[in-house]
Formats: sequence, C-alpha cells, structure tokens
Amino acid sequence: MTGLTESKSCVRAENGPADWQKGPDFRFRFVRPLYSPPPIQKTTTMTPEEAKAQLDNQVREIINWHFSPETGCPFWLDWAKKNFDPRGVVNSYEDIIAKFDHFQDEYLRDLQPEVWVPKAFEGKPFNIFETGGTTGMPKQRIGWNDFRVDYEEFSHKLADEHFPKGKSWIMVGPTGPRRLRLAVEHLANYRGSSCYFVDLDPRFVKKVISNKQFDVARQYMDHAVDQAVLLLKNRRISAIFTTPKLLEALAEKVDLYGVGIRGCFVGGTTMTPQYVRFIVEEVLEGKIGFYPTYGNTLMGLAASVPLTPEDNFSITYYAPQPRAVLRIVNPNATNETVDYDAWGRVELTTLTKEFFMPRFLERDEAMRRKPRAPYAWDGVADVRPFGAMEKTIVEGVY
Amino acid sequence: MLLKKPECECLNLPDRLATPETFYFPQSNPMSIPHLPALRKGRPYESLDKAQVKDHKSGEVCAEISQVNAGIVRKDLAKIGEARAALKKFTVEQLIEITAKAGELFLNGTLPLGDKGHTQSPQEYIATLSRTSGLPHVMVKRNMAKLHFALTNMKMILNGLTRGLDMSVIDRGFGTQSGCPVSYFPTTKSLGLVMPSNSPAVNSLWLPAIALKIPVVIKPGREEPWTPYRLIQAFIAAGAPPEAFGFYPTDHEGSGEVVKLSGRNLVFGDVAMAKMYEGNPSVQVHGPGWSKIIIGEDKIENWKDYLDVMVASISDNGGRSCINASAVIVPKYGKEIATALAERLGPVMPTTSDDENARLAGFANVKMADYIDGAIDNDLKTPGAEDVTAQFRNGPRKTEFQGGTFLRPTIIWCSDNKHPLANREFLCPYASVLEVPQGEVLSRIGYSLIVTAITQDEAFINDLLECGDIDRLNIGPISTMKISWDQPHEGNMFEFLYKRRSIDCA
Repeated sequence: MTGLTESKSCVRAENGPADWQKGPDFRFRFVRPLYSPPPIQKTTTMTPEEAKAQLDNQVREIINWHFSPETGCPFWLDWAKKNFDPRGVVNSYEDIIAKFDHFQDEYLRDLQPEVWVPKAFEGKPFNIFETGGTTGMPKQRIGWNDFRVDYEEFSHKLADEHFPKGKSWIMVGPTGPRRLRLAVEHLANYRGSSCYFVDLDPRFVKKVISNKQFDVARQYMDHAVDQAVLLLKNRRISAIFTTPKLLEALAEKVDLYGVGIRGCFVGGTTMTPQYVRFIVEEVLEGKIGFYPTYGNTLMGLAASVPLTPEDNFSITYYAPQPRAVLRIVNPNATNETVDYDAWGRVELTTLTKEFFMPRFLERDEAMRRKPRAPYAWDGVADVRPFGAMEKTIVEGVY
Repeated sequence: MLLKKPECECLNLPDRLATPETFYFPQSNPMSIPHLPALRKGRPYESLDKAQVKDHKSGEVCAEISQVNAGIVRKDLAKIGEARAALKKFTVEQLIEITAKAGELFLNGTLPLGDKGHTQSPQEYIATLSRTSGLPHVMVKRNMAKLHFALTNMKMILNGLTRGLDMSVIDRGFGTQSGCPVSYFPTTKSLGLVMPSNSPAVNSLWLPAIALKIPVVIKPGREEPWTPYRLIQAFIAAGAPPEAFGFYPTDHEGSGEVVKLSGRNLVFGDVAMAKMYEGNPSVQVHGPGWSKIIIGEDKIENWKDYLDVMVASISDNGGRSCINASAVIVPKYGKEIATALAERLGPVMPTTSDDENARLAGFANVKMADYIDGAIDNDLKTPGAEDVTAQFRNGPRKTEFQGGTFLRPTIIWCSDNKHPLANREFLCPYASVLEVPQGEVLSRIGYSLIVTAITQDEAFINDLLECGDIDRLNIGPISTMKISWDQPHEGNMFEFLYKRRSIDCA
C-alpha cells in the first residue's frame, strides 16, 4: 500500500477576491471554480481487492468477537442461541447480507443498553449516545472509544490551512446526548485545539415544525445563531462544525471569513448539489474550506471526497470501512444492490468490537457511486431522506 | 373557497395583434430547449436545480427554468439598495420613456429568451405561452395588448395614480402640488411579486413600479415564466438598468422570503393566502374577486337586453379573471335568466389553440380541473341548485380536446344566497344566478371586487355608492371586465410604494 494524499473542496484564501466578486455573470463561477491543492494526508489507499480482503477479515474478527462467550455481548449471544452461531459460517461481507436479516431499530429502543456490553468491556463505564432528531424513545448506542477512532482518522483528512492546529473551534448544533458533541470536541483536542459549544435541540425543532409553529422554530434557531455570533465576534475561533442551515443563518449575520473562520465541517441535513454550490460559492464565498460529512451515532463518520468541476457539486461520501459499510439497496428487494449512479435506500453495517449491527436500513436514500481514490469501496452520493421525492420530510434546521 | 382568479386587467383595448405574422421572426435553434436563468439584480444565474415547463397537451418540454434556493433570495435582497440606486439615476420622465419603448419591444420585438442564445418573437411568445398555460392564442394576444397599453400609457396611468402630481417631486423628493408643498418618500427598496400562472395581464400591476424607481423582485408562476421574463427583457432592451429586475423561480420557502424581505409586495393567491397576510401593510393580496352583476327592479323586465353584457362578464378571457362575474343577482326571473345564459354558454366547446374564436382555456394543471369539476358536482348534491348548462352542454363539464383538459361553462341556478354554490369563483366560465330582493342585495353580497349594477334607480345607486363591500362600481350595462387604468380598482400602486411626509426647507 502506498501513502497517498487527499484533497478537499475548498477555495484558497490567497486567491484574493472570490470569483463571484469579480465575474459579471454568476454562471462563470461554476465553470471556473477554485480548488485548493491537495493537502498532505495520512490516508492510505488500496486496491478494491485489498479493501475487500480487509473488510472480510474484519467481518470474521467481529463475528468471532461478538458471538464468542468470552468476548461477546448478551444480545448477540442470545440471538445465536435462537438462530445460529455465525462463527465459521459468516466469513465475508456477502455472507452477512445472505445470513442476517435487517437489524431492527426497536432493539436499540426497547432493550436496556447493558445487553450490548461485550464481555471484554464488562465493568468499564460506557457512554450512552442517542440518535438525532426523533421524538419518543430514542435509539441508543453505547460506546467507549469508537468515536475517538473515527474522528482521529477523519482529522487526517483535514487541511491544516483550514483547521489550524491549536486554534479554537466552535460547534453549533445538536449536543445533548449525542455522540457528535464528544466527537467534535475530541477532534478539536486531537488537533491541539479547544472547542466552544452552542446547543440546538433538533427534537424540539422537529416538534414545533410538525406543529406548524414556524415562528417558534425560527426564534429558536435565531437564539442559537445569536449565541454563536456572540462567540465568533468575541473569541478567536478558526474552525466551525455546524449544520448547513445554521451555517447559512450564521453567514447572514456575520462575515465568517472576517471573524477568522478558515474551515467548516458540516453534517446533518440533505444538501442538493445546488445547495452545496450555494454554500461553497456564496455562504463561504470561496474563501473557507468546506468539509461535508455524512454520519450518525450508529455508523460514525463518512467523509466526502474532494469536489471536482465534473462533480457538479454532487457530494459523494465514503464509509469508514472496514469499521462500517454502506450499501445502496433496492428498497423493494433489499438483498439487491442497485447499479452505480442509481438511487436506492442506504443500508448500514457496523463492525467494531464495541458494536455489531448488520444491515440496518437507514431512513435515507442516496445514489450509489463507484470507488474513488483514496477509497477503494463504493460511495453514497446526494443523500436525502428516504422517500423525499414522494412526501414532505421534516428536517428543520438539523 | 380554494380557487381563485388572481388577475386584474382591462379590456376595451384595440386588438393590435390581429396579424402578428407581419412581424419579422428570426428562428431560435430548434435543436435545444431554451433555458431561463434566474436574474439576480439583472445578472443571469444558471442553477443546478431546474424545473421544466411543459406543453399542457403533449407534455413536451418547452423550457427549463433555473430554480434558486431561499438563501439566494435572502442574500440578494440584503443588498437590494443597489438596485434602487440604479433606478434613481434616471428621472421619472426618462423611465416613462423607457417604459413606453419597452411596450413596443414587448409587443413587436424579438427579444432574448434565456441564456443559451435563443430569441423569442411575438408570435413565438404567443404560441409558447398558449402551449404551457392553456390560454388560446386569441386570449394571449388580448393580454399582450393590455400590457402594451399599460406600458405605452404609463404617463397617463401615473397621472391617475398620483392625481396629477408633478413627477419631478419623485425625482427631487419634494416640490409643490396645487400650490402646496409636498414631499414623498418610498415605502420600500423593492416590490416583491409572487405571480400566478393563470393570466399574463396580471403583470400590468407591477409595471408602474419601474417608472416610480422601485426595483421588482419577481417569483414567477410555475407555468407562466414567459411574460415576466419577456417584460424584463423588453425593459432592459429599452434602456432600463438590469439591476432593477429580479427574477427568482423558487420554492415555497423562497417565495416566503421574497415577501418577508421586500418592504412592499403583491401576492396572488386563494382565500387562505389572503388570510395569511390579512392586516399586513406590506402585502397586497390579489385573491378571489367574487365580482357580480346586479340588475335593479327598474330594469329587470328588460333583462334580455343585458344578456351580452352578462355573457361577456362571465366568459371573457376564458373566465379566468377575478373581474369575471361569478354571480348574477336579480329581483326576479332568476330561472329564466339562468336558462338564457346557459343556452348561450352551454354549447361553448374547446377549439384549437389558434382558433380566433376560441373561448375556453385549457388547464396546465389537470388536478385543478378535476378539483373544480368534483367540487361543483359535490355541492350540487345540496338541494336548491341546478346546473342549468347541463341541458345545453350535450356532454360532461370536464372534457378533453386534442390531449388538453378543459372545463366547459357552467351556470348554476341557486334558490338563495346561502347555497354553497351561490358565491363561488372558479377558474373557468362559471356563475350562479339567484333571486334576492333589491332591498336586501347589498347586505348579502359580501366582498365584491367589481359590481356592475344595471339600474337607474337613484336611491339604489346611492346605496351602491355607500356600500363598502364593492371595490369598483359600474353603473349601467358595462362588462365587469372593463377596468380603467387611471382608476385602480384594487389598491393604488403609487400610494402603496410612496408615502407623503410633511416638509419645510429653510
């Protein structure tokens, strides 16, 4: 395996005024975007065959771990008694598709978290993380160190010019019981930085939007944005994590580049290619590095590949394989993977010693994309809520 | 009430487009579909999100329209002062001249259509608008003539709106009128417009804004981007600053931002929309008109003499306007009048879109036709109403012709004004006919955009003049479709865009 570099979509500050400020016609901005040179990264690349071998090896290791009485957790040991012992039977990712049904989210809602504690972790206090913006009993995932692994790996995909080591961060978004809050702080710390926080409770936002209390939702969003603006104006902050909607709202109130922001890492809601373009060109004005991510408490973090002009601002994300695998399936026959560049439902399999979750059907749909360096496995593009074309989905500001 | 005819217009104009073939029509590239970009203070912006405008009969794509997100609207409106500054460089007099020139270009010129090298001749405009909106050519031409009239008579219109104000007062900010000092200041830096798709002449409402130095921020109707786009191109070609024109095809959120961030707005919509903006001084809602014809006791014996006026009021412009009569209220002979109207209108059938005698418009949104047809049939189940046209129609109300969907004229006789069909308005030639004693009419009509009162009874005329529910009053057999440009029937654009202040200069 060869050490390679990875670049991210962003626009160099040293290029002077953004393209849109110079050109007489907005159209020209699209055909002549400015992209940064690839920053030096530690990510390595591999061939698809090597990636497949690595994934299958991880499958065998994780199956053995979770289904062995010496190391496994009560849930999967009990499952094996009622179904079958997959050790020696499930030897590849294809075997997982063939032998396991879809993981049910009720398992994470209805059962006590202790059933997920692997024997090897017994006695070690765990973090309880909850999923995003749902109402009612949330899904809970426990964990110890996975988030650190995920975000340390992600750190190597960030360019120092956008996320300068030692300079402060701010997170504006869902904190509370979410893995994201600890993960972002750890990411900042890992890069020698500290992080400010402004909370936004997505469950409340979804509730008021569902009740058509749009004014309340707006006031709450303004409340969060105002707090963030205050911090940005009064503290030296150079990096931000937030949701795209909050980022847009912040940019309407403060000159992000002017107050010192150089890098922006976002996640949380649907971003159509046009919306990505709007963020890159007009919210960040081509001066701030933009790092879109797709992730959740159950998966971790899927980073995106650098945008090229040919992408037309369509973002493709790659799961942190072999710890998690994303597959785009035919929603009506979920054993079938859709063709490349076709839409389907997102299926997630998580394979770590802390958590095994086979074939969980996410509430998202996306386009399947081919492997792209430095990733030697399939990507998922233009993620949006499942059924977004057929019904209205409440996403709010999160 | 769900539906509306959000339009306002003027008839009685010369049909200047009788022979559009006489104009020169260069051809656009037939191999590519035109693309209409958003115009961000005049600058074209091609979005990655595009909507398609389709032929209402064949479904063929006629153009792609760039769709912008709400953030773009917000970003541009934050700096809309630049657009106003561009207009302020001109005098009102100069802008009136530019507007007149734009009128000629709109009517006769070949103008840019989008950003892919296409152009649009008047004939192409007529044909394309007809294909996507369902309006037959003859109605598009009439609408086009109305817009031309408004553009080329802006001096007269502004004179009417300002009651003769010397326009240099707008240039300087102050001056005198009838010997008194006056000063006017703009109430807004832009005029937001959420446009409908039903009839092109609604665009006449915003035309005075340019001469009054107020930029426009237009969210076009989904099926009718053509008219505002062509008007903008005509203005620019005539010398207006491009910065004065915003053209933002956008979604519901984007429309909301246009209205929220523009200091003054014209919004076209239904009753729900009217309610949403009720009491909001920055929004003028153009919703249902519930226009009516009332015949007085003194004239009712001669009702046959007024059939032409009634038919025209109900069915001109395909019955699509808020100024089309949707009710005929009489002291007696209700059944007979309903039957006579039905006999005239019932047989009206869809024809080809280029038929000079076409009287019906097709539905670009077939679901709307389904809804209207179903709503009428459903309410007919309530006792006390009869679809009198049914006996003359020789077929269903909703009909298909050459792949298009049409609603044929419908006259409903109602036993009283409480019936659910008595005071309805639909996007087709529709009217109820009911008997109400003259002494009770004005307490029962409710809001009426236009009332044509056929009477010479002085006491009744006095009552009509006192009635606060009527916006425009025609006394005598005048079609409800007749509007005076210098007497706005629904809001005064000058008073909407400018306010008077007290001033003294030492």
